[in-house]
Amino acid sequence: MNETPLIPAGVKRCSKWQFSLWMAAVTAVLLWGVYAMFLIWYKGLNQTNMNDAYGFALWIWADLAVIALGGGAFFSGFLTYIIGKDELKNIINFAVIIGFICYSSALLILAIDIGQPLRGWFIFWHANVHSMLTEVAFCLSCYFAVLTIEFIPLILENPKLAKKPFLHHLSHNMHGIMAVFAATGVFLSFFHQGSLGGVAGVLYGRPFAFREHIFIWPFTFFLFTWSAAACGPCFTILVTKITEKITGKKLVGDAAVRLLAKISGWMIITYIIAKTADTIYWAYVTAPGLGFTLMDFYTSSTYNIGLLFAEIIVCGFVPGLILITKRGRESSFLLMTAIILAVIGVSLNRWVMVLQVMAVPLFSFNEWYTYMPSWQEVATTVLPVAYGLIVISLAYRYLPVFPQERELNPID
Amino acid sequence: MKENNNHSNAKRYGMVIDLDKCTGCGSCMVACYSENNVPFKTDETNKLDSLNWIRVYKISNNKPYPHSEVCYLPMPCMQCDGIGKHGHSPCVSVCPAVATDYDYSTGIVSQIYTRCFGCRYCMAACPYHARKFNWWDPVWPADMEKYLSPNVSARMRGVVEKCSFCFHRYQLARDKAYLEKRQELAEDEYQTACAQGCPTGAITFGDLNNKSHAVYKLKKSPTAFRLLERLETNPKVYYLSSKSWVRRAGDNYLAHEETEKINNKVKEPYEAKEHL
Repeated sequence: MNETPLIPAGVKRCSKWQFSLWMAAVTAVLLWGVYAMFLIWYKGLNQTNMNDAYGFALWIWADLAVIALGGGAFFSGFLTYIIGKDELKNIINFAVIIGFICYSSALLILAIDIGQPLRGWFIFWHANVHSMLTEVAFCLSCYFAVLTIEFIPLILENPKLAKKPFLHHLSHNMHGIMAVFAATGVFLSFFHQGSLGGVAGVLYGRPFAFREHIFIWPFTFFLFTWSAAACGPCFTILVTKITEKITGKKLVGDAAVRLLAKISGWMIITYIIAKTADTIYWAYVTAPGLGFTLMDFYTSSTYNIGLLFAEIIVCGFVPGLILITKRGRESSFLLMTAIILAVIGVSLNRWVMVLQVMAVPLFSFNEWYTYMPSWQEVATTVLPVAYGLIVISLAYRYLPVFPQERELNPID
Repeated sequence: MKENNNHSNAKRYGMVIDLDKCTGCGSCMVACYSENNVPFKTDETNKLDSLNWIRVYKISNNKPYPHSEVCYLPMPCMQCDGIGKHGHSPCVSVCPAVATDYDYSTGIVSQIYTRCFGCRYCMAACPYHARKFNWWDPVWPADMEKYLSPNVSARMRGVVEKCSFCFHRYQLARDKAYLEKRQELAEDEYQTACAQGCPTGAITFGDLNNKSHAVYKLKKSPTAFRLLERLETNPKVYYLSSKSWVRRAGDNYLAHEETEKINNKVKEPYEAKEHL
């Protein structure tokens, strides 16, 4: 029997006491991040360990990484509503929630990262249409609005809210037109994921980041979109598996997980082949034309060639090959290994495309630039994780996130 | 960003720095700090968060005594013309709020402090590290605020700043010329503080397009080179050095590449354009 009418019918949740204890622990971490955030807003970016060589650092990586990982929302939405993979309806709610968390976190991090937060709106008001960052800001904000619209009907399905006829019908009707929002989300995501790749790729003063163009778009534009569509669903599966582990319940049927894993696997394989081709072209044509050999970019003890091997082979081809095989998807161990590697792979890609770009010395008389984040930077990067845990905990407890939960976990 | 296609009277202000004459005394930096109200920290040990619009680097040929040589290399903002000399400077094209702009009438890259919101994308784009971020509020020692230049606005915390080729001096010279009903400025009417502050005369400043200006001839010297020319940033700051290792240190080369051969190859398309 339900403790409170707020909990959906037919499912079992932990006691209020247990839930409160968990929430208190996560909230403590959140408050640590909030304290650091206000410290930065009050005292300025001197609270960080960034410097004039490392103008982009941990936060921009976190931004790029959460947006890539949140890509599971747009790609799952595309597969579910546009392609018509009905099986994925069992995981789409959760994908939307994860996307919502990732994108709201990205916006928050950006608000902390800029030197004059009160002028943040200048990016819209004084927009430079030639800047990739402008496109990122517009598409990111619009897509966050789309994700919010996609999240609202689920919130309205809370038993208490659903009792009100207006809210119940609103939710029902919003579900009915969700394909329109899913399509809008796919369109917006294609551009902002790509523009985030473009942010690095257009830097022709930075040979490590710069890539050749197709029309106005550098290769990284396409690679970023592709990798987000490939690895985002892996993050959705990973968070689902972690939630299942914590709750001790099976929440999504194997068929949905395996279908998403299979599509993700093929996307990863095709992406990593394209990424390999891009790397070869860059290493043998672009960089030498600017006076660099491939190994010039990997002479640091931190940034060595092992990173490239890890990104392309270990976290690229390996998870891709596992996920395209039936055996790989059906083995719990192999599936988990593959999705973890894919998530690490895309995060590693974003890391090198932000931090290694800054670290590489461009003059023979300069050393590699080094950077270690301050506690304030770490705390504000942990903040979205704590925030995400709170949103997921509340959503799982009070909303019918997983349509198969009742069927997979019958209450005696 | 809009290009004014009337280039008939367009200037391309630039600089030629003779490294054989530079003694590394730092007078150019002091002159710049004073002229442009650049704030400084009590402890300037960490150069990576120092504000300076021109920085003197000390470079070495890395050879043991008695063959070791050093060279001092002052580095202001390169005021890049960008790929194809269209004003597509690395920093201008990326700024999301048009807080930095390329002036087609002078070739100077501006920075609008009150427009900048501190995203630092321009800093990531600049290969010369010419752009500096105001990590702190500007603070000057007691009473020093009274000596700040009224012609240059002080910058606030959280925005990017950089060398402007003392643009306020250009504006003052233009105002004077206007009152005297003149269109053109004489070479000595507009000079940067660093060029005037250099005790050895290592820095020469002027219009790179004007045949009567010293910089026009100096940039054509066989020992002239620009920093990171292969990136096609097309800087308007030239350097002169009689030492081949110094010229090679200004860019990146593969082991088998010869410095002069590559330099000439990179220069060709731009020089051809200049003669059109």
